[in-house]
Amino acid sequence: MAVAPPLLEAEDLAIRIGGRWLCCEFSLTLRPGECLALLGPNGAGKTTLLHTLAGLRPPGAGEVRVGGKPYAAWPGGTVACFRGLLAQQQPDHFAASVLDTVLVGRHPHLGRWDWESAEDLRIARAALAAVGLDGFEARDVLTLSGGERQRVAIAALLAQQPQLLLLDEPLNHLDLHYQVAVLELFRREAASGRAVVMVMHDINLAARYADHVILLDGKGGVEAGSAAQILQAPRLSHAFGHPLRAVADGVRTFFIPD
Amino acid sequence: MASTITAAGRAAMSLPGSRRAMFALAGLALTGLLCLLWALAAGEIAVPLVGVLDALSGHGDDMQAAIVRELRLPRAVAAFACGGLLALAGALMQVLLRNPLADPYVLGISGGAAVGALAAMTFGLVSWMVDGAAFAGALAAMALVFGLSRGEGAWTQTRLLLTGVIVAAGCGAVVSMMLALAPDTRVQSMLFWLMGDASGAARPWPALALLALGLLVAMPFSRDLNVLARGELGARALGVPVERLRLLVYVLASLLTAVSVTQVGSVGFVGLVVPHLIRLALGNDQRLLLPAATLAGGALLTAADTAARTMIAPMQLPVGVLTALIGVPVFLFLLVRHPR
Repeated sequence: MAVAPPLLEAEDLAIRIGGRWLCCEFSLTLRPGECLALLGPNGAGKTTLLHTLAGLRPPGAGEVRVGGKPYAAWPGGTVACFRGLLAQQQPDHFAASVLDTVLVGRHPHLGRWDWESAEDLRIARAALAAVGLDGFEARDVLTLSGGERQRVAIAALLAQQPQLLLLDEPLNHLDLHYQVAVLELFRREAASGRAVVMVMHDINLAARYADHVILLDGKGGVEAGSAAQILQAPRLSHAFGHPLRAVADGVRTFFIPD
Repeated sequence: MASTITAAGRAAMSLPGSRRAMFALAGLALTGLLCLLWALAAGEIAVPLVGVLDALSGHGDDMQAAIVRELRLPRAVAAFACGGLLALAGALMQVLLRNPLADPYVLGISGGAAVGALAAMTFGLVSWMVDGAAFAGALAAMALVFGLSRGEGAWTQTRLLLTGVIVAAGCGAVVSMMLALAPDTRVQSMLFWLMGDASGAARPWPALALLALGLLVAMPFSRDLNVLARGELGARALGVPVERLRLLVYVLASLLTAVSVTQVGSVGFVGLVVPHLIRLALGNDQRLLLPAATLAGGALLTAADTAARTMIAPMQLPVGVLTALIGVPVFLFLLVRHPR
């Protein structure tokens, strides 16, 4: 069976911010169906790395390719139909309905003079239903709770229908139920031929849902590999600067801070 | 009656986006037209509607035709154009700065224009020179704010806003100084200029043409602006060329403001309140908001200017006072009616 072409490749990628190297050179390849978790302590550069993978800032060294092409080779704005970003925060400056906010995800698919079609509305409503927000269409985003607002942002990303989903802390503000529901949702997205990169804080959820892990230690060190390889108590303890213990219940292994 | 209006409003809300926009814009265009007709008909010598239409088509009573065509038409067109310019510029600034409190003057453009205009008045220059000095002052303030806020290539809207507010404050100090030093005979015309006054508008057609041009330039980017209004990072991720768009919006909004200030002085309130009124009534879709605010701003300033010259005739009020007197209660009413 032929291997599907990768959706995301990073080659000898290194990130620099304000003269400081946040991570030294590493390479990664992400194919359809795969899920990658970015882990690391606060300020280690997870978001900066994610934005670099999203093509929103130039790499310090190396190259990022999406769909086999570097970002510069995608003509103006078309890459937004291929890769989508869930930002860490959802800044709302003006009142807007939930449906309008989700429809913003359709922007890259529409021509300059197009208005959203019935099909776009259907996609947006389906995206809202997928995050358990059916019936919220007319609500003002400014009146939503943090968790509801986060799910609206996820729905907007789903409405964008990208092949490559880059998620900055997708579990922000979500309760336990929706944390699992959202991760299951992204796993299903991956199973349908997409690829997912997510910045995470919960090591145990990463262990359960990610195929690959990139672990940043905040001092320039990067470890990249399969989840089983990287998620080891000594490596995690080193990266997070706090001792962790691995506890197995016979089904899964859990990491608990000592 | 009231329930009919609500029902019509609800029906309009449930229409698909583009049809609803057409519905709303047609209503606003009609309102604008009615305001213009009122401006042409009302005054010390009331001209009946038939007389107005005759005058516009070049027939009828000579004196009525002269009053309508040579006195009232330029002033009404100037008021309409400048109301539209200010509302459009205000709507653009609010998206650019992502700040609902932004108005066309927040970046110091009216301050620069005021310094120019009052300096010209101090030296007793004629009206077209005052206009020229106001325009030059506006452009100078715009260049100054833009240059200063562009540290290290990137500019954040906070930096832009702060620079604009500081430049505006500096201009305000210079204006106060000129008012204090000006001879009494000139102070009243200076105050009228500062409050905004359409009585001197003799050449309104370029402003109207610029309004149409500005709207034509902004409309193709209106959905991009919708995305930008929701945050810069998200807009970049959705493929909006944020840097270029912000530059375009900044230059466009500044030029529109400069033209309006040159024409009628710094009329307040239209640029802040009209975009908010439209947003409260029709939502924050720039595809509808930009043209709707333009029409509503034009209608409001035309009506306010007509009221300003007829309310206590033969005395005239500066139109800027009227826009505030109309705008404040309407705005507060809408805010109270729309609890969050």
